[in-house]
Amino acid sequence: MAKTRRYLLGLAAAVALGSVASFTLPGTATAAWEPKKPVEFVIMAGKGGGADKMARLMQTVIEKNGWSAKPLTPINKPGGSGAEALVHLKDKAKSDPNHTIMVTLNSFYTTPLRQPKLGVDIETFTPVARMAEDTFLLWVHKDSGIKDVDDFVKAAKAAGDGWIMAGTGKLQEDQLLTDFLNAAYDLKMKYVPYKGGGKVAKQLAGKHANSTVNNPSEQEGFYAAGTTVPLAAFTPKRLEMFPDAPTFGELGNEFVYFMQRSVVGAPGMSDEAAAYYQGLFQKVFESSEWQDYRKKKSLQGEFLTGTALKDYWLKEREIHKQMLAKMGAL
Amino acid sequence: MEILQHLMDGFLIAFEPLNLGLVILGVVVGLFIGAMPGLGSVNGVAILLPMTFLVPPTSAMIFLAAIYYGAMYGGAISSVMLGIPGASTAVATTFDGRPLALRGEADKALVAAALASFFGGTISILLFTGFAPPLASIALDFGDPEIFALMLLAFATFVGLGSDDIPKTIFSICIGLVFSAVGLDIMSGEPRLIFFDIIGFMSGINFLVLAIGIYGIGEMLWTIEKTDGDSMMSKAVVTVDRVLNNLKELGRTWKIAVSSSFLGFFVGILPAAGATPGSLMAYGVAKMTSKTPEDFGKGEVAGVVAPEAANNAASTGSMLPMLTLGIPGSPTTAILLGGMVIWGLVPGPLLFVEQTEFVWGLIASLYAANLFAVLINIVFIPAFLWMLKMPFTILAPLIFVLSLVGGYAPTQKMHDVWLMLLFGAGGYLLRKLDYPLAPAVLAIVLGPIAEPALRQSLLIANGDPMVFINRPIAGPITIIALILILLPLAKAIRNRFRKAG
Repeated sequence: MAKTRRYLLGLAAAVALGSVASFTLPGTATAAWEPKKPVEFVIMAGKGGGADKMARLMQTVIEKNGWSAKPLTPINKPGGSGAEALVHLKDKAKSDPNHTIMVTLNSFYTTPLRQPKLGVDIETFTPVARMAEDTFLLWVHKDSGIKDVDDFVKAAKAAGDGWIMAGTGKLQEDQLLTDFLNAAYDLKMKYVPYKGGGKVAKQLAGKHANSTVNNPSEQEGFYAAGTTVPLAAFTPKRLEMFPDAPTFGELGNEFVYFMQRSVVGAPGMSDEAAAYYQGLFQKVFESSEWQDYRKKKSLQGEFLTGTALKDYWLKEREIHKQMLAKMGAL
Repeated sequence: MEILQHLMDGFLIAFEPLNLGLVILGVVVGLFIGAMPGLGSVNGVAILLPMTFLVPPTSAMIFLAAIYYGAMYGGAISSVMLGIPGASTAVATTFDGRPLALRGEADKALVAAALASFFGGTISILLFTGFAPPLASIALDFGDPEIFALMLLAFATFVGLGSDDIPKTIFSICIGLVFSAVGLDIMSGEPRLIFFDIIGFMSGINFLVLAIGIYGIGEMLWTIEKTDGDSMMSKAVVTVDRVLNNLKELGRTWKIAVSSSFLGFFVGILPAAGATPGSLMAYGVAKMTSKTPEDFGKGEVAGVVAPEAANNAASTGSMLPMLTLGIPGSPTTAILLGGMVIWGLVPGPLLFVEQTEFVWGLIASLYAANLFAVLINIVFIPAFLWMLKMPFTILAPLIFVLSLVGGYAPTQKMHDVWLMLLFGAGGYLLRKLDYPLAPAVLAIVLGPIAEPALRQSLLIANGDPMVFINRPIAGPITIIALILILLPLAKAIRNRFRKAG
């Protein structure tokens, strides 16, 4: 046993040394403030989802280019639709606000609204960077023979509440969009929640659901194989990747909805530290890797930071508040 | 023939010096990670993933897959020697591996585990090679009713596991199901069972916390009571004679090894199932089909062979939906999937068409990893046997510390450590009362799969339970499951009445 332990310790030490070396090679000692210990990179969602993949890509870009003197350590805190992550950041305000940042999505707005007991006010959080806005499209299976939104409405109307719309989670993005479609086209589609966009995409590909409102990255594999078809986009302009899918605005039912992909700091972060992280993520945003990823996944939304980002949050929070109120979820 | 051609190309890639070196390194690392209680393939792959950016994607994937594979072998080692599952996938291996070690036949258990792993690995890779493309479409045909029917079958095979006391088994399953319900309910979007408003319960109860609590802390307490803290020197000699005898006895179990390999592989393919339920189910089936089911749990070699063959087969199987559909079949493949995305590979139906080099290089490397894992494992057996010669007064604190580290490492939350200690104490008490604990562990793994599948099915079918009966795939599975549950239950009730009468 002792022998194995020693071997393992040696292995661990070698690994640790290796990673320390790779972090300290190219120094960027120009910034006034720098992290003094590893930075907690909280992810408000589970492993393998869209937010997680993006967070790990950001971490890779930073590591590969040696932009941070201290490593970023990703931690997934998906509990309670991100409630666990939000409370974690809130609590950091008292202990160490300068070494904790978080990747967020739209549950950043909806979770504090729906769980006021948490005592989280996102207005107190430190804006770092909006890295992208993810888009939503309406998808059906190729074998359904549905070619456009008119066909879709006809088929869904005929099926009544036998029409299954699969989506991620209850009272979250996908259900907001389903509610919009039901109201706008006078449909009675049944919304069935699943855990994660990948599972939702699979339900459609396996014909267990009739339609979905996936992000492009969730459907891209099936789309490329010709299994699923996008009918229309919840965007202001057509997406380059899907030139044949009109926007809902073109069809006379304007509805624009995005999933934010932002980085936020703990409440009470010092101005110097906030400036450091803002600069760091601006570099990530401008990197060729990130720009490439944005293009491949049809991501929208320009870089936002500081008060502009905070204003954006407050505006989005208000929109979500109204949508949730309409659904009777508050 | 096209497949053979692809496979030959794959071998050329897998046997490049860099890739072959990575296979061997990965297997060794995986063996040790798997052998450490609490650290499983998930931890190993997650920790080492960032280091793979130094090599091309195909090599990176080969390295990580070798770790995954090695960990499946390694997990058995601490299950047998310490009675703590080295990885969640090796929980079922403790059931009979531990009694064998206590009887002084640790060598037999370890050899059985290694060879069964090799067997399961080989069969599953052959299946993988031949059936990868057609199997991908089967996975898509599994909707919610089919998944629930399968979970029901898993529970059914377990009613016969542990003690033969069926009410106690069902009670144990119910406890596991309650724990599995803690956290966010995805169907309503509301948090539930957040005991005392403790925020740590928001993310649910990690399965490993329960498993290490019961099998680490609980087992240690139990052993302390039984041995009174005395040293428990076991005779564990390795001689040519013994090895030959072991092999002879193992020869008897080949049928179980084959059926467990198939079972493990197919369970592994199912999204979100993976190697842990696969190995538990294989154990249940082996026990049910055995002529001497009463020997299980007391040191039956077949009880080691079944889960070990199945978990290796399942680890290969779980890579299938990941590569072909982009749906991870296990927690570890979920992380591998994350890695592929970072490397710029799009998992999904087109991967086999567009990235043939990557896919077939990986498949060929699995053959190599399997071979090296069994060789390295057997060479190290004397080193692991040496562990048992330690007096329990040294071993017990060591198990305690390892359990604490294992409970803390995956999530790095003290909440989980306290919970684990609580489960340890609870597990010890239940064990004293002769409750089987394996069904509880099974239930906490399968609960989060079974419950949403049940509710989604009923939602789609407007609450009509016939949805589980009148679908072509779900129907037969549900009916078999119901028979398996009801038969022993009816027997138990009849016995009660007879006794009373």
